[in-house]
Amino acid sequence: MATYEGALPRAVTARRAVARQVRAHRRLALALVLGPPLIWMAGFYLGPLVYLLLESLWQIQNYNVVQVWTLANYTQIFSEPVWLDVLRRTVVMASLVTLSAIVLALPLAYFLVRYTRRWRHLLYLAVLIPLWSSYLVRVFAWKTILGRDGLLNTFLIGIHVVHQPISALLYSNTAVYITLLQIWLPYMVIPVYAAIERIPPSLYEASSDLGARGWRTILHVVWPLAFPGILAGSIFVFSLSMGDFITPLLMGNGTQFIGNVIADQFGIAYNYPFGAALAILPLIVLTVFLAIARRFGVLEAL
Amino acid sequence: MRTPLRVRLSLGTAALLVYAFLYLPLLIIFIYAFNSDTITSWPPQQPSLQWFHVLFSDPDPWTALENSVQVAVEATIVAVFLGTAAAFALQRFRFLGREALNFGITLPILLPGIITGVAMTTWFTQLTQWGLPFELSLVTVAIGHATFCIVLVMNNVLARLRRTSRSLEEASMDLGADGWQTFWYVTLPSIRGAIIAGALLAFTLSLDEVIVTFFLIGAQNTLPLWILSHIRQGINFPEIDAIAVVVVSISIPIVLIAQYLAREPAAQRAVPKA
Repeated sequence: MATYEGALPRAVTARRAVARQVRAHRRLALALVLGPPLIWMAGFYLGPLVYLLLESLWQIQNYNVVQVWTLANYTQIFSEPVWLDVLRRTVVMASLVTLSAIVLALPLAYFLVRYTRRWRHLLYLAVLIPLWSSYLVRVFAWKTILGRDGLLNTFLIGIHVVHQPISALLYSNTAVYITLLQIWLPYMVIPVYAAIERIPPSLYEASSDLGARGWRTILHVVWPLAFPGILAGSIFVFSLSMGDFITPLLMGNGTQFIGNVIADQFGIAYNYPFGAALAILPLIVLTVFLAIARRFGVLEAL
Repeated sequence: MRTPLRVRLSLGTAALLVYAFLYLPLLIIFIYAFNSDTITSWPPQQPSLQWFHVLFSDPDPWTALENSVQVAVEATIVAVFLGTAAAFALQRFRFLGREALNFGITLPILLPGIITGVAMTTWFTQLTQWGLPFELSLVTVAIGHATFCIVLVMNNVLARLRRTSRSLEEASMDLGADGWQTFWYVTLPSIRGAIIAGALLAFTLSLDEVIVTFFLIGAQNTLPLWILSHIRQGINFPEIDAIAVVVVSISIPIVLIAQYLAREPAAQRAVPKA
């Protein structure tokens, strides 16, 4: 007994020493895996974002950025109606594209999950392929399709819907809308498909056993369970459509979207502080969007 | 209850139309790439390989492609190391600001590229004025690309780490392997597929990126920027179709391989959860 009592404190000390060593070891391991990404993100992402915010509070004088604090850029944005008009137009366009993407993605994803078996994976892959095949090339393809002598005009004349080619197909907001929708649609299909795939088939059976017809099942079973996926997809589609300035540049009729006016300030207009202030606008809109998504727990599921 | 045929048919038709919508542009590109027309009017006139001759005798797009590949390789290497490290930090450790880090790494793909682009170009301009070596060049483009590619690798590795049981690692440690040996011989082989899949996606995304590149490029060109300037100049349109065919023939196999590698491995799924 005496020996045991003498051994006990020694065993405890030894165990504590090991625990201390393990803790120190784990701290070192954590520092090793956490440090590099943290430093990179701070130096190359958070830094730039904060600096953009600061820059928006400065001024340009004689083509030089003067670092005096002022709200002049923001007063200008809110006093000249053109800037908020551009923002409103961009939000409307991005919302239309997002809503249309939901309308197209839901039936597609539902069809893939419920009515395909052997081909399901292949058909899902088929949604991904356009996404990964060159953004610019797809914009360019729409230019060809919607052009005056393009596929669509020829087709419309062929079926006698119109007699003259419609030159306004290309270089219009409609062309911008169609192109954005086609380009960003897969970003909606992916999360919606994932959400619907996770619905256990027994829920459909239960719903129909309880007498719900097709539409009621969709409304009360599929929609609520697919909703986080829809919201996740909406963040991507909305954000990507909102910031895209290449598509309006190549497909539009010169109508400016927020991306275009920002790009101009960092290009020909050469007014970085004002451009920075303009860039804060979509940032605010998207922060609100992300805050809403967070309430639904969507961000964790991305 | 069987779904009425009418419902299945209309859903199937809707799905078919969506596929047609998604694939129409790609189809058009392929048709005009192999056609002799100079202006891309419908219907196409004469099958021909002349635009590939034009493309292969024009050095500019190939120089641009070389630059793009260089940028994509650099960005991918950075993304693989940082993305894998971040995945381990998030999955294996509990620390203050864990959620914030996850969100921060995801943010570059949640926010539009133009915000990343202008923020970085402003930042790099300032760093250069402070005498740091960040003049806009292919290097700054690679830094920009790496920043939004980290999340691709991270998410792939995270998903795999969540699914792999830790019992193998515990067994390895019990048998006397140290931390590095366990990582090298046990952990790494089980996440290798996920890392490669993430790397391939990062490479493809970087190769195609245009908006961030637009703001971070110096005097050189990447392939997407070459295509953009070519579209805006409006000359030799079908040359763009031809290079598009080349690019798509590279990127689609890469994406398919990535998808194959990222799938859930059956052998690991069979390991019961500890």
